Amino acid sequence: MSVLVDKNTRLIVQGITGKVGLFHAEQSLAYGTQVVGGVTPGKGGETVLNGRVPVFHTVRDAVEKTGANASVIFVPPPFAADAIMEAADAGVALIVCITEGIPVADMVKAKRFLQDKTGSRLLGPNCPGIITPKQCRIGIMPGYIHTPGRVGVVSRSGTLTYEAVHQLTTLGLGQSTAIGIGGDPVNGTNFVDCLQLFQDDPETEGIIMIGEIGGSAEEDGAAFIREHVKKPVVGFIAGVTAPPGKRMGHAGAIISGGKGTAEAKLDALREAGVAIAETPSDLGSTMARVLGAKTRT
Amino acid sequence: MKIHEYQGKELLRGLGVPVPQGSVAFTPGEVKLVAADLIKRTGNPVVVVKSQIHAGGRGKGRFIEQPEVGGVKVVKSAEDAAQFAEKMLGNTLVTIQTGPEGKRVQRVLVEQGMNIARELYIAITLDRATGRNTVMASTEGGMDIEEVAAHTPEKILKESIDPAVGLQAFQARKLAYALGLVDPVAPRFTKFLLALAAAYDRLDCALLEVNPLVITGDDQVLALDAKVSFDDNATYRHKDLEELRDPNEEDASELEAKQWDLSYVKLDGNIGCMVNGAGLAMATMDIIQYVGAKPANFLDVGGGATAERVTAAFKIITRDPNVRGILVNIFGGIMKCDTIATGVIAAVKEVGLQVPLVVRLEGTNVELGKKMLDESGLAITTASSLRDAATKIVEMVKP
Repeated sequence: MSVLVDKNTRLIVQGITGKVGLFHAEQSLAYGTQVVGGVTPGKGGETVLNGRVPVFHTVRDAVEKTGANASVIFVPPPFAADAIMEAADAGVALIVCITEGIPVADMVKAKRFLQDKTGSRLLGPNCPGIITPKQCRIGIMPGYIHTPGRVGVVSRSGTLTYEAVHQLTTLGLGQSTAIGIGGDPVNGTNFVDCLQLFQDDPETEGIIMIGEIGGSAEEDGAAFIREHVKKPVVGFIAGVTAPPGKRMGHAGAIISGGKGTAEAKLDALREAGVAIAETPSDLGSTMARVLGAKTRT
Repeated sequence: MKIHEYQGKELLRGLGVPVPQGSVAFTPGEVKLVAADLIKRTGNPVVVVKSQIHAGGRGKGRFIEQPEVGGVKVVKSAEDAAQFAEKMLGNTLVTIQTGPEGKRVQRVLVEQGMNIARELYIAITLDRATGRNTVMASTEGGMDIEEVAAHTPEKILKESIDPAVGLQAFQARKLAYALGLVDPVAPRFTKFLLALAAAYDRLDCALLEVNPLVITGDDQVLALDAKVSFDDNATYRHKDLEELRDPNEEDASELEAKQWDLSYVKLDGNIGCMVNGAGLAMATMDIIQYVGAKPANFLDVGGGATAERVTAAFKIITRDPNVRGILVNIFGGIMKCDTIATGVIAAVKEVGLQVPLVVRLEGTNVELGKKMLDESGLAITTASSLRDAATKIVEMVKP
């Protein structure tokens, strides 16, 4: 089992004729994902990837013709919020926005727009995407490091997710689904939503939650874990050494006004009974320990 | 992106937000001219000379070279203004926000003196919990708002801005009366706040803070200070604001990194790091500290760790004289480890290596990548895990 995406997910790619969009459309297709269409205004009627994927002018066209229920966005920052809203307007159930660098004001508007579109869920922006191993790959992650398994992964950081996933694969634990929620200050799905999904998924036995400095999403997640999550959770927070007031790469990774420190997040997670991985190298082994699992190594 | 107070005030004035009359000056001579002109126009001999640096706490700050002089000075003649400016310009101001090394003052704002009846606090910024911009207001003007938030959070009033309609007049009125303002000040405050919110949107601000906002003896409402910073993601639609950047206020290496699309922040440790991904880069800094040393920088090379960008990153890292060793940590996913190894080898050959280098690769073609590094003939140590890499580099730089 899995959450949000599986072998039945029908994916379209917004920005499919761009270099990055096309590359990852091909990767997803090769992974076995049902990539049923693409959207590039002005290129409707064309096809890409040797005629395997039709291109449409609009998301609405693409959804009507293909029955798509998920979209991944590889549109440049100035147009990405518009692309998110277009997908929501067309009723796409899962919208995954990979784009990094969207103006905050644009995302504030897009989030407001999504409030009324209760049938749509946004992942990201500025995230690696979501993958259910051997079934559906949406985004930019290297598919081959994943393997079907028992652990749900949710993370604000791309490469740290890969670290966790790689260790889980090496230890033979595998992943039910790995979700990147993105490093921007205004995003769609948050830790709480993903924790709920993993708690409700019968095949997910443990959850790895990877946060970083800035905001209070980790604290909210910790409060939710304390009340609602019965499965073991392993946590890691990046940015213990980050100085206040400096943006650490991700737009959202900034300690401001004394808020959003790694210490406060780690404390909240510990109080919620989360097992903390001291370093990212310990994510997999900590999960193995709390699951009491027999591992390969 | 941050700008100076005088630049922020000029922008606000242009967008209908009342600010005191004043102008920037770069020399004591200019200060005297500006002050004399202000005194003539306002009929008030009181002028204020304010050091312009990108840091708060200037009023209570002190100059290293002139310990008796503060960062902000109220004077009563153009001559006195020039005399104090002489002590400020070119000297180093230390405030609670600059760190002990302080910042060199290279420009001052000369402004009309105000007859202040009341000081309030107003700011607009993003509330990440709601995903909406929020107005924060407080009667505790002139105070450090973080202190107010920590000790008397009930004194901070908030109004959330619905992005569909923007800040509404009733919200501004609610705040005005809650702050204890009465006519004719309350409607002036309302107008002020609506203009401020419009400016926030217009300029794609990340923060717009007026502390203090003052009510004068004759019931005028003005921004006595203005802290304006812009959303870095939106600068592409504000090319005109780019010229407000003060290179003296920014780290030269951070600026150069930006040109290469590298995300670099200088820190004060001695292990330079180069990592792909912001989260992993932070985690690499953390693990360096965890095994007993301190990181010299944050550096995210992003997804495309090409030879050119790795070379640029190496140059930036090694320029920092504190760097005693370098840790490269790359999780090669789409970008294969052998490609990254090629980039690292090319960069090391071009830049040269004066300090130990530990490289940890993981991901696609990792064995090939490691083999290439091991057989390169260069003094590169490879590592298998992040913990292993951090332990190795910290051992190697131990005196």
